[in-house]
Amino acid sequence: MSSPPRFDGGTTELDAVSEATHIGFWRRARRSPSFIAGALITGSLVLVAILAPVLSPYSPYQLNLYHILAGFSGSHLLGTDELGRDVLSRLIWATRTDLTVGVLAVIFPFCFGTLIGTLTGYFGGVFDTIVMRIVDVVIAFPFYVFVIGLVFVVGEGTKGIYIAFAVVDWVVYARAVRSTTLIVRESDYVAAAKGGGLSTPRVLLRHVLPNTITQAVVYVMNDVVLAIVAVVTLGYLGLGIQPPTPDWGTMISDGQPFITTHWELATLPGIAVVITGLGLSLLGDGLADALRPPS
Amino acid sequence: MSDPLLEVRDLRVSVARGDARFSAVDGVSFSVRAGDAFGIVGESGSGKSLTLRAIMALLPSAARLEGGAVLLEGSALAASGRRARVQRRARVAMVFQDPLSALNPVRTIGQQVAEVPRRVLGRSRVESRRRAIELLGLVGIPDPARRFEAYPHQLSGGMRQRVAIAMALATEPAILLCDEPTTALDVTVQAQVLDLIDKLRIELELAVVFVSHDLGVVRELCENVAVMYAGRFVEVGPTADLLRTPLHPYTLGLLRAVVDLDDPIGFLRPIGGTLPDPLHLPVGCAFHPRCPLATPECSVNVPPLVRVGGTRAPVATQPRESACLHYDLVEAP
Repeated sequence: MSSPPRFDGGTTELDAVSEATHIGFWRRARRSPSFIAGALITGSLVLVAILAPVLSPYSPYQLNLYHILAGFSGSHLLGTDELGRDVLSRLIWATRTDLTVGVLAVIFPFCFGTLIGTLTGYFGGVFDTIVMRIVDVVIAFPFYVFVIGLVFVVGEGTKGIYIAFAVVDWVVYARAVRSTTLIVRESDYVAAAKGGGLSTPRVLLRHVLPNTITQAVVYVMNDVVLAIVAVVTLGYLGLGIQPPTPDWGTMISDGQPFITTHWELATLPGIAVVITGLGLSLLGDGLADALRPPS
Repeated sequence: MSDPLLEVRDLRVSVARGDARFSAVDGVSFSVRAGDAFGIVGESGSGKSLTLRAIMALLPSAARLEGGAVLLEGSALAASGRRARVQRRARVAMVFQDPLSALNPVRTIGQQVAEVPRRVLGRSRVESRRRAIELLGLVGIPDPARRFEAYPHQLSGGMRQRVAIAMALATEPAILLCDEPTTALDVTVQAQVLDLIDKLRIELELAVVFVSHDLGVVRELCENVAVMYAGRFVEVGPTADLLRTPLHPYTLGLLRAVVDLDDPIGFLRPIGGTLPDPLHLPVGCAFHPRCPLATPECSVNVPPLVRVGGTRAPVATQPRESACLHYDLVEAP
């Protein structure tokens, strides 16, 4: 600190730490093994999904009835399924299908739940009481029973998943954000912002939300996993993504009859689900580490 | 003698605890003129901070304003809601006890200081930034243009408190409420921050209300002081006068509990007992169970704060007031 003090004695207490101001997040992220592992796995999966047309050796829809259940070979690395379709190509395209559904399904719950959680936590009162009772009811209801019921109402496919997640999943975000908002709203810096005469929307957006949203962001990672597992489960039950669209769930259920002779048909998509879940969970953990504000 | 800038009349605040409510601030009145500093001294839990929060219309959600008036230049301010905020903005500002919690951890100090000029006073982006840097310089942040980009956790406690003061000054207030702004700081840093507040009071003609549990700090800064106990003022008067000849046994107790480095024996003489549970305040004078002068009549009625003994310092602006029935028996410290 070479600069002269403007006011007497101003420098003695100056222990202003690191020069690295903005990179606090990245520095902590780089030190977190879960973040690195999670980011690598998730990043590669996203890359696979994006580059599916380039990476897959065959079309995922192309049938070859003379060459079914072929097993591992040079021309079909992971073999072919019961209709002669290339398993590797279908796995790659299924990555695209399932990641897309997983991400799309949590966007609305994330936004809506964060909004509701912020408003109820900040303003409280009757609105808070009513909304939190609704949340209790939704949480008490078993998720898969609800999803399956909904699928019968709106029809098979991804639509049911989107609607089910929109109806049910926001409550998790609402609860998490509400509880941190309750703490933040009593903080001195919110009092200071209000005392400075800032408008309520500005206090909420610039002072409350940045301090409450990290939890929700971390949860998004786990939530995408839940959504993917839901899609896969429904696909397995025959209620999710419909053939011939490639999807890990349908691949598992289609491969099941051949489990004794061709174990790879049901196992490989299962492994893909596990890797995806692992990658996103690690990323969530790493994000939580990196986003934790320094004290 | 000019009119008071800020006047507080019979302020009452209650706080909810479980299903019960208790009175945390009970009939507090005082006034401050521009360029003056008024101190409020008391133990933790005596209601000092709530008094400031009530003036600022920033009571925590468990607390409720029960009555009283806050007057700014003679006209009453709304107690809560949007009107209260609009009336106070740019007039009354507050500095909080813990400078770390008073700054938003996820935004740079510059953004936070510039926010009020930009959003409330409607200055341009460039102008707000210039103003923020000017304010940071005014409160003694070295190299303010570079510090603009720093986050609160990158500054020391004293620097943070300077930033918090800059934020408060950004509204260009006439009144600065200080809620123990030096409690969380080292003694040397404490002195620097006190000097800063004193300098700003003189330069900007601020009316300062300074809350502290430290008599020494108040002595440095405030011309007049009130001693608060269990939600009430028990003694008010010119600081020097009050410290020399206390007229309430609680004030005397506080003075005797201060470490005196010049006293060769150096005994601390603490006040016996503890602050009463606000849900079950003793009948009569709240201090009587701990008071060496207590007589049966002390536990009958709450003794009112009355003007006593005339003023001993002829130039004093503040009359001596005491809420003790036996004020004439209180010894010198």
